[in-house]
Amino acid sequence: MFGEGFLRTIEVAALALMLALVLGIIFGVISTSNNKVMRGIARIYVEFFQNTPLVIQVFFLYNGLAIAGLRLSVFVIGVLGVGIYHGAYVSEVVKTGITSIPEGQVEAAKSQGFTYIQYMRYIILPQTIKIILPPLTNQAVNLIKNTSVLAMISGFDLMYMADSWASSSLDYGPSYVFAGLLYFILCFPLATWARKYEERLKRNDTTRILYDPCEEAVTC
Amino acid sequence: MLEVFENVFTPSNVEFLAKGMALTLALSVSVVIISIVFGTILALLRTYEKRFFGKLAGFYIEMFRNTPLLLWILVCCFMIPYGTIVIRGGLALTLYTSAVIAEIVRGGLNSIAEGQFEAAKSQGFTLIQTLIYIVLPQCFKSIVPSLLSQVITTVKDTSFLQVVAIPEYTRSGFVVMGRYTTTPEVFMIFTVLAVGYFVICFSLSCVVRSYQKRTQIAR
Repeated sequence: MFGEGFLRTIEVAALALMLALVLGIIFGVISTSNNKVMRGIARIYVEFFQNTPLVIQVFFLYNGLAIAGLRLSVFVIGVLGVGIYHGAYVSEVVKTGITSIPEGQVEAAKSQGFTYIQYMRYIILPQTIKIILPPLTNQAVNLIKNTSVLAMISGFDLMYMADSWASSSLDYGPSYVFAGLLYFILCFPLATWARKYEERLKRNDTTRILYDPCEEAVTC
Repeated sequence: MLEVFENVFTPSNVEFLAKGMALTLALSVSVVIISIVFGTILALLRTYEKRFFGKLAGFYIEMFRNTPLLLWILVCCFMIPYGTIVIRGGLALTLYTSAVIAEIVRGGLNSIAEGQFEAAKSQGFTLIQTLIYIVLPQCFKSIVPSLLSQVITTVKDTSFLQVVAIPEYTRSGFVVMGRYTTTPEVFMIFTVLAVGYFVICFSLSCVVRSYQKRTQIAR
C-alpha cells in the first residue's frame, strides 16, 4: 500500500517537475525579453501563482472545474497543479540566473550575428545552469513535498495512503513515521547535494557570482 | 452577474469569511514570530555548537525540511491529546516553519566573518553579548528579503490547515462554497479566496522588492 503511494508520488513529482521546468524556462526567458507585453504576461503568471496558495489552485482544478463540467483525473490534477505552481518559482530562478550574466555578452553575441534564440541557447542558458542548479534542486525538493496536497483530494499518493492506513488500522504513529521516512529518502539526498554544490561553487569559482542564492526565495 | 454577486456576498457569508481571514492572519503572525525566535536559536546552535546540541539542531532542521508540512499537521492534530485543534495546527506549522527559518538565518550567519568574534572577545564581550549586539543585527539585516518571502509562504501554508477543519480563510471559503451549486457562484467564491490571499502576499512581495532595490542602491 505504501509502495503504491510512494510510486504515485514519484510519478506525479517527476512529471510535475518536467512541466515546471518547461514553463519555468519559457516564462523565465520571456521575462527578460525586451517585449513589454511578453514581460507582462510572464509577470502575471508568476505573481498569480506565487501569491495564491497551492491548496486553492488544486481545489479549483478538482472542484471548480468539475462543477463547470470538466472532470480531470486526480493524477492529471496533481501534475498540472503542482507543475504550474512550481513553474512560477522556477521562472523566477531562471530569470535571476539570466540577469546575472553581464550585459556585454549580449552585445558581443549580437556583433557576431547570433539570433536571440541562438544566443539564449548557446551562450546564456549554459552559463546560467551552473548558477541556478542549487536553487532549482531546492525547488525540486519543495515540489516533492508539495505533491502531498494530493492527499486532500484522495490522490492515492504517499500521504493519502499513509493517512488512510493510519485511520483504518489506528496505527497512527508507525504509518506517519514510515511515510515521513519515505519522503525523507526522496528529499534529503537532493537537499544535501544542493547545499554541497552551492558551497563548492562559492569556494571554487574565481569569477564573482552576482547571484546570491541565499537572497532568492529558498522557500515556497 | 450582479445577481451572482448578491447571492454570494450576503452579510452572513461576508462575516463568516472575514472571521476566517482574521484567523488566518492571527495564525500567520503568531507562527512567524515564534518561528523566528525558535529558528534563530536552532541556527545559532547548528552554526556555533558543533557537539551534541548542534547535531540535534541539525537533525531537527533536516527532518522538518525534508518531509511535507501536511504530514506534521496530521501528526500534531491526531496524535497530540492536548490543546484545541487551532493550537495543535499552529504548532505543526511553527515546528515546520522554524526549520526553514533556521536555514535562512544560518545563511546570514555564514556571511559574518570569524574575525568579528575575536574582535568582540578582545573588547571583553561575552559570547551571548557578541551574538546579541554584533552578530545577529548584521545577520538579520542581510536576510530580511528571505525572511519576508518566508512570511508569504507561511500565509499560504496556513491554507493546509483546512484539512483538519480549522476554520481559517480557505476552510471558511470551502464551507461557504458547499451551499452553492451553480458554476458562476462557485467560481466567484474561488475568486474571493484567491484575491484574499493575493492581496496579502502581493503587498508583502512588493515590500520585499522595494527593500531589495533600496539596499542595492545603498551598496
